[in-house]
Amino acid sequence: MSKPKVAFFDFACCEGCQLQVANIGEPLIDLLDIVQVVEFREVMSEKWDGEFDVSFIEGSITDEHAVERIKKIRERSKILVALGSCATIGGVNGMKNSFPLEEVGKYVYGESYKFFPTLQTKAVHQVVPVDYFINGCPIYQPEFITVLKCILQGIPYYVPEYPVCVECKLNENVCMYDRGLTCMGPVTKAGCNSWCINNGNICYGCRGLTINPNTEGFKEVLKKYNIPEDFLIKKIEMYNKCKELD
Amino acid sequence: MSKNININVNYLTRVEGHGNIVVEVKDGKLEICRLEIVESPRFFEAFLRGRSIYEAPHITSRICGICACGHTLASIQAAEDALGIKPTEQTTLLRKLLLHYEELDSHILHIYLLVAPDLVGVPSFVPLIKFHPDVVRRALRMKRLCNELCDILVGRHVHPISAVVGGFTKLPSEVELEEMHKRLVELQKDMEATVELFNGLKFPEFERDTEYVALVNDEGEYPLLYGDIGSTDGYRVSKYEYKNVTNEFIVPYASAKRTKWHRDSYAVGALARFNLNYEKLNPKAKEAAVTLGLKPKCINPYLNTVAQIVESVHCIEDAIRIIELLWQKGINHDEVVVPDINEKGILPQRSGEGVGAVEVPRGLLIHHYECDERGIFRNANCIIPTNQNTHNIELDMLKLVPEIINQSPEEIKLSLEMLVRAYDPCISCSVHMVVIKLGNRD
Repeated sequence: MSKPKVAFFDFACCEGCQLQVANIGEPLIDLLDIVQVVEFREVMSEKWDGEFDVSFIEGSITDEHAVERIKKIRERSKILVALGSCATIGGVNGMKNSFPLEEVGKYVYGESYKFFPTLQTKAVHQVVPVDYFINGCPIYQPEFITVLKCILQGIPYYVPEYPVCVECKLNENVCMYDRGLTCMGPVTKAGCNSWCINNGNICYGCRGLTINPNTEGFKEVLKKYNIPEDFLIKKIEMYNKCKELD
Repeated sequence: MSKNININVNYLTRVEGHGNIVVEVKDGKLEICRLEIVESPRFFEAFLRGRSIYEAPHITSRICGICACGHTLASIQAAEDALGIKPTEQTTLLRKLLLHYEELDSHILHIYLLVAPDLVGVPSFVPLIKFHPDVVRRALRMKRLCNELCDILVGRHVHPISAVVGGFTKLPSEVELEEMHKRLVELQKDMEATVELFNGLKFPEFERDTEYVALVNDEGEYPLLYGDIGSTDGYRVSKYEYKNVTNEFIVPYASAKRTKWHRDSYAVGALARFNLNYEKLNPKAKEAAVTLGLKPKCINPYLNTVAQIVESVHCIEDAIRIIELLWQKGINHDEVVVPDINEKGILPQRSGEGVGAVEVPRGLLIHHYECDERGIFRNANCIIPTNQNTHNIELDMLKLVPEIINQSPEEIKLSLEMLVRAYDPCISCSVHMVVIKLGNRD
């Protein structure tokens, strides 16, 4: 049996999630024993013009050119994977959608803004169907390996539906609310092993909102700690602004 | 000589971000010679407005996955400058350590995975696994080690977690200092082998006299985190005057914002730093420079990669020095801060304006912020190393193409790709500042 042909493509993003893959280090060599990477522009010059068994898509869709390009990639791919927050939920690129597009263009590029036709930021699944989602800004490498194993075995991967708090409690971190800080943990999908809180910071919600966020419970938490709701909207928008386009 | 050559490199590979090289020679005359940036703009400066300045390092780190720690440090410096926060000695040492890790991680990626394949004539590191498994394993091991160093210090390399305005949300324990020390000693050995390897590899010969720009200061240390902006043409200004250095301009054929100081263009990056601050490199790094035959002022842009190797040696040695110093002093864990958006007012707050100027792997990075009395962004501006290099790369190409015009189009194409790669361009970063006109290619 020939090795599955795998490709990586980047759209509007920082390319940090591809880098997370490259950063796996020496185990990459073992990985290359079981898959054939046919395109990975950031680290390879090789190109492929046939079909892809698995395409990893990094980045958000932010202009017409990108819409056309992702559609073509979708047509050539048996399995399409959204890699990282920009691809799965729009990520930080979504903050642009809080402003009128023309105003945003003029602020950065002055009168030359017309050279940069831009669309509202969209996650990949808001443009073409996506088969697997690997969340996070950046992606969490152990989860990438898990999803890759699922793909190669042809079984689905279920993103945990419980919030980051569950993993955070298992890691025995002191609750950020008890430290007087507003954390996105209670409404954010788990799967990162509460990476940021383990390192002393709050959760910023990069993995996207839980499928069934316990909003009533969350409101109670906010009330208990005397935090206004609109304050939280801003925090949710840092990564999750594109959700309104779902 | 009548010769027609058309070179169109769409989506240049083994660089960070999307760029095209366009060269057209008609009847032996060079008509078009461009480096075009075709990355989709992301409008960071625009959407920072209205957000808290304390969120700036978290958000601007996302401009680039490769220079995430560099953006974080420039962002913190700009924000603290605006807010009037002075970092403690311990914080400054840890930030210098983080910047060393950043230089190392990025340089090693560039040296091995992005540049080395060209020098041995293969399209990527993958074919090398078969013929030079030891070299590939070493490269990936070094990359992994740099990542682990960042994991220990700031949680991860791509988008550091614990480096924030005001200090660190988590400080390394004694065991962690020891762990980092151990890994750096391991890295020393692999670095020696790297110097040896590159000593045997040949880089293209090409020279063009260039103005090099980098941070300079009066201290004994090789300046990376702090300094004034200096030039090999003998000028020096404070970081607050950066606009007098960058003098952004537009070229008519591409409507692209570029920079120049005293000449038509200038260059930033490892070679610029090497040329300006060679004397301040530590002895081991100077030794590596001698071994590799690199001397200031070097004007062969291809040797930027060699300057990166020399800097990597320096960063390993200096990181070891910093860790030993921290060890001696003992980490003060009372300095942990978790500011979030400073909703509890644990840090001083005021309206203000601040500039961060930091030497990141690809050169001088500037963040310039303005916030109101609640710490909310009024304005933001970022000047990225790659933007400062774009025009210089084109001028290099303009001199290079006529010199190699008798070679085959394939050879010319490779030389040009290698030239652009030598600058280690970071196109995701640069795009939100560059204005371009897209042609009908692609």
